[in-house]
Order: sequence, then C-alpha cells, then structure tokens
Amino acid sequence: MSAGTRAASPPVRPLGARGAAPRRGGLLRSLTRTLPLAPAVVLLLLFLAGPIVYCAYIAFTDLQLTGQAHASFVGFDNFRAAFRDDAFINAVWLTLVFTVLSSLVGQNTLGLALAALMERASKPVRTLVGAVVITAWVLPEVVAGFLLYAFFRREGTLNAILQWLHLPSQNWMFTLPILAVSFANVWRGTAFSMLVYSAALGEIPKEITEAAEVDGAGGWRRMWHITLPMIRRSIGTNLMLNTLQTLSVFGLIWVMTRGGPGNRSQTLPLFMYEQAFQNSMIGYGTAVALLLLVVGSLFSLVYMRLLRTEL
Amino acid sequence: MRPTAAPVLLATLLAATTLTACGSGSGSDPDTVKVSYKQSTDNSIRVMDTYLGEMKKQFEKANPGKKVELVPIKAPDSEYYTKLQQMLRSPKTAPDLVYEDTFLINSDITSGYLKPLDPYLDKWSDWGRFIGTAKAAAKAQDGKTYGVPDGTDTRGLWFDKGVFAKAGLPADWQPKTWDDILAAARTIKKKVPDVTPLNVYTGKPAGEAATMQGFEMLLYGTGDGTTDPLYDTASKKWIAGGQGFKDALGFVETVYKEKLGPDVTDALDPNFATSVRGELLPKGKLGIDLDGSWLPQDWLKGSGHEWPEWSQKLGLARMPTQHGQAPGKVSMSGGWTWSIPSKASNPDLAFTFVKTMQTKANAQKWYIANSGIAVRNDVAADPAYVKAQPGIKFFTDLVASTHYRPAYPAYPRVSTAIQEAMESVTTGDSSVDRAASAYDEELKTVTDGQVTRK
Repeated sequence: MSAGTRAASPPVRPLGARGAAPRRGGLLRSLTRTLPLAPAVVLLLLFLAGPIVYCAYIAFTDLQLTGQAHASFVGFDNFRAAFRDDAFINAVWLTLVFTVLSSLVGQNTLGLALAALMERASKPVRTLVGAVVITAWVLPEVVAGFLLYAFFRREGTLNAILQWLHLPSQNWMFTLPILAVSFANVWRGTAFSMLVYSAALGEIPKEITEAAEVDGAGGWRRMWHITLPMIRRSIGTNLMLNTLQTLSVFGLIWVMTRGGPGNRSQTLPLFMYEQAFQNSMIGYGTAVALLLLVVGSLFSLVYMRLLRTEL
Repeated sequence: MRPTAAPVLLATLLAATTLTACGSGSGSDPDTVKVSYKQSTDNSIRVMDTYLGEMKKQFEKANPGKKVELVPIKAPDSEYYTKLQQMLRSPKTAPDLVYEDTFLINSDITSGYLKPLDPYLDKWSDWGRFIGTAKAAAKAQDGKTYGVPDGTDTRGLWFDKGVFAKAGLPADWQPKTWDDILAAARTIKKKVPDVTPLNVYTGKPAGEAATMQGFEMLLYGTGDGTTDPLYDTASKKWIAGGQGFKDALGFVETVYKEKLGPDVTDALDPNFATSVRGELLPKGKLGIDLDGSWLPQDWLKGSGHEWPEWSQKLGLARMPTQHGQAPGKVSMSGGWTWSIPSKASNPDLAFTFVKTMQTKANAQKWYIANSGIAVRNDVAADPAYVKAQPGIKFFTDLVASTHYRPAYPAYPRVSTAIQEAMESVTTGDSSVDRAASAYDEELKTVTDGQVTRK
C-alpha cells in the first residue's frame, strides 16, 4: 500500500499549486492516510504517555501506600527533601560510580577490546569466545545475579580460588560491594558492546587499513587514527545505550546485595524502590524516579552533542 | 481508502477487546470468599496453608453453594505488606478477607483500607471470650475494631543445652541482667568456638524482626520498666534522645563488635531468620537466640524441618531488664488479625468464614499448629491446650508482663529508622552516638515533627 501511494503522490504536488480544491483533497487524503495510525497512537497515549504523566503528577504529591487518609499536592517538597537527604546524595554518587565503572570503563572498553581481538582470531576461537560471552548476555538478570552472588560470597568460588593460590580471601560483597556489583554488570553486559563493535569493525574497508599498514602505521596508530574515527558513530550509540541500561539496573544489585550492607551499594533505582515500597512513600519514590530520568537524559544529551560535533 | 477500512476496523476491534478485557474480570462472584494470607518463603513450611485448607473444607460443607478461594502471597514480611496494600487500593484486586499484622493495622486503617467490624462483632457471642489486650490490638484511635486476632505471641531467650553443657554453663540458665547474657555469650565464644554464641536480629533486611525481637526487647528493659520508651502517650509524641535508646544500641554494637553474634553478612541476609529456625538451632550451631514464641511451629510433625526433640535440646529463659531492675523480665507482644478490606465485595460471607475459623475447637487447633499464644479465655484454660506443646506455659505466663508496640500510623517508619540505626552500629559504619542522633533526625521526618525529648 505504501509503495502505491508513494508512486501516486509526485504528480499531485505540482497540481496542488493551482487552487484550493485539490489541496483540500490532499488534506482529506492525508487525514484518511493517518487514520490507520490512530488506534496505535491512542494506545500509545493511553498506556505509555498516560502512566508517565500520572507518575510525574504523583511526584508532586505526598501519596503514601499506607498510613494516610488523603494525599495532597505538595509542590516541590519531595525534590527539596531529596537534595537534603544524605541517603539520596549517597545513592547519586554510587550510581555515578557504578555507571562510570561498569558501563563506560568496563562494558565499553572491554567490548571494544574483545571485538578487535576477535577480528584477528581464528574462526574456532572466535566462535568459542563469542558463544561464552553471549551466554552471559542471554542469561536472565536474576540468574546472572545469583551466579555472581555465588561467585563473590564468603564461601564462594572467588575465595576458593584465592585460597587455592594461597592468597588472603575477602568478603567481596561486604568490603567493596559497589565494585562487586560493577564487576557483575560488566560480566553481564560486555557481550552487547562486543556485538555492536564487531559489526562496526566489519564495516571498515580493508583497503584503508592495508594502505595504512603499507605506510608503516603500527597496530596502536592504526587503532587510534583509523579504526576509532571510523567507528565513532557506533561508539556514541553504544555508549548511550549502555549508560541508559546501566543507570536503571535493579535486579542484579537487588539479588546480590539488596543495596547493602548499610547502603554501600544502594544506587538510585534501589533507593527509589526502598522509599516507594518499603517505606511506603510513593510520592517521594516517584520524585526520585523523575530525578533518575533527568540524570539519564543529561547523559544522553552529552553523548548526542559529542556525536554531532564529531561528525 | 477502501484498503484501509479493514485494518482500521480490525484495530478498533482489537483495542476494544483488550480494553474491555482490562475492565471486567476479577470475578466478584457473590458466593466466593477470597482470602489473602502470607505464605512462608520456606517451601517446606506449609502450616497456614494446611490449616486454611481444612477451614475451607469445613466452611464449604457447612455453607452449601459458597466457596473459599485462597490467595496466598509468598513473600518475606516487608514485601507482603507492600503487595497487600497495593491489592487493597482497588476494588478489582481487594480480597474479601486479609491477614493483617497488628504492627501495620493502624496505618492501614488510616489509609481507609479496612472496614470496621463492630456491627458483626456485636452480634457474635464468641467475641466476649477474647481477652481484653487482644481485642485492643485491632482497635483504632476512632474506637472501632478492625480485626479479629487469631493469637498473640511473646518473646524470650532460647538456648541450646548441648552448647551450654560444653561451655560449662547451667542447664537451667536464667540471666538477671544484660551483662549476664553477654558473659554467657563470651564463655561460649571461648569454649565452643565453632558455634555462634548469640543471635540478636538486626538491620533493615530482617525488617520488623530486628525492631521487635531485637531492639525493643532491649529497649523496653531500660529505664523503670513500665513507661513506654518509644512513645509518650500523654503528649502523643515520639521520644527522642533517650539514654535507654543508646544503651540498647550499645548492646547491639557489643554483640557484633566482639563477634558474639552471627557473621555480619549473615545477620544482614534477609533470609537469616529462616536459617536460624531451619538450620542453626536444629543443628546445634547457635548458643543463645533472642526470638519469638512461635519457633516450634517449624519443628512440629508434618512441617518441613521436623524436630520433635527440640524441647529436650533447647532451654527457655526470660529476657532480663538492663540491670535487673523491677519487674525483672521483658517481653513484647504482637500478633496478626483477620480483617475485611473496605473494598471487599463479599464482607458478610467473609465474616462468616472468620467465625468458622474462630470456633473454640478451630481456634485451639490453630494456636497449637502455629505455636501461637491463645487469646481466647476458654482455650487458654483448656488443659489440652496447655499440655499440647512444651513451652506454651512459659510463653503464656509472659503475657502478664508483656509490652505492646505503639503501633500508631507512623510506627512502621519509626521501625525502619530503628533498623537503620541498628544496621549502622552492626556494620560499624557509625558509633552509637552518631546512630542515635541520626535516629533522632529521622524520627522528626517520619513523624512530621511529633517528637519530644526525654
């Protein structure tokens, strides 16, 4: 159907300049053409935009799950309370550390490194490594969380290995929980970056690399001057997707540490859950959710800016 | 235009069917009572499920044509409350009968989630059999009653006689002060090194267990032992800056700093209570446990961790006051009630089901199955009940000197603030003084400034 309409439309336009009647016909036609979209738009507004608007509204009320007869509108009180709340500031810092460590440094760099190495590897190695890495990605979040919990816990695999090597063992989820959950997120999410970068590297024309090689450029120079500039767009996209995904990681941390001990691994999503559902302060929790949205959009704004200037 | 007509029609139809599908359903069948209750997260513990299954059979036999639908909610305590509250908000999901913790009932009453039961209770002759304190447990500030209690509980010290023998401690141990408890724990640590000397629940993961079994058992033993150290009833304000509060936190700090308690990571595991009952105590891995009267329900015949020998292996001691001051012992009481949501579709039938569960015979069966403490006079006086289980007499006698929580609407959040203070001294993140002043700050926020200093 779309092919047919496209073929029909070019002759209409020059004719449209002649008078009002055909234009009205065009309007009618475009209206009828958008009509099939209407149900989808209505559904989207109802089920996607609706809850978001409702959520934004709740953030400005003091709605509680229990212990309150009527909720009332409180303006920016929730947001002011958040910025005065040490636990919130702590959660923001932990979220930034978690995102930078696991998404920017971990998933992104490791994914690129893996993809670059796999380019040069023999076929069996490539298949094997690819399969292993992607397995981590395919595992459901909760399963991955339990696996890494078993790996890091006091009687876990990591400590067993350390003991076997006669190295002192550590309770990783107690001493440095944010590092443990960051590592878990790297373990789980690197596959995605690797796939994106593998595709991007495959797009680089062989001739350019070969030309650079003939000109005497070494591996690192080729990487810096040829490969990276050519896959810049993939880097931007990948960074953005990774960051947004990492910002909202909940299940993995919840399974491993529940944000504890104390609140040493309580990132924003966990803080939000605790406020909304454990302390029953739905209004405050929703306000935190909106702030998380702001953090996310700031990150994406920065990336989009970078992308545009680099192009 | 013609080719578009069909898809439009189809889409509209689809939208219409999905939308109406959301709207209808959630069958408010007038002959079915939907009963929501908490199912244990331990798959081998099905005490309540079995009991309710039996009640369902009795009820359906006695009321032909009527049906009971059991809607178990399988979750740890804190998540159970959340799920229940979400269900109670809408008439589409509200069950007809819910199992409510007295700790939260005032809060839920304030939210308008529950229905006053007075019209039903007035016409129910058995209501006169319930003891006064239990009736008051579900009475709100408006003077109406919102729940029928199905038992209460008390708390004390459980200790392992085997561990005590190895440590050279007496089998009829009864500490007089907090220091006596710590001294016993230190002896165990020295002489029986592979055993956890003393368990005091702590931190947010343990939830209300940390507040009530742990902290309040200590706090209510400070001061003169009669006035409420958390809430001042005269001024209707919460109490901040108490010395007793700091002393109780100090006890928790000592337990975990001297490694008399479980490993901090274990103590802060949300499922720790399950492993205390299912593993540590039955396997003789725990010296002293500050815990509730209901523990044996997990060890009865037919439950997952059958352990009938517990009454020979474990001893019971009353929790002493801080320095042994009068009345010399401390206990806290709570309990659960059956309540009818205000958005229930079959409240009358739901109350009929409550009456079935609360006949003398059925109530007695439940107290025994649940290791609960009777709240009906006639059951409490029945020798069959007193003899049904070792320990019942010990815990029933504590009812005389027990304390009830100030379970006002702000209480759940005050409780969380207490757990946070406990957790920070448990992990060593902050000192007792800092944790106590953080609590005072938090108390102001969660009670909207209804705070007084003592």
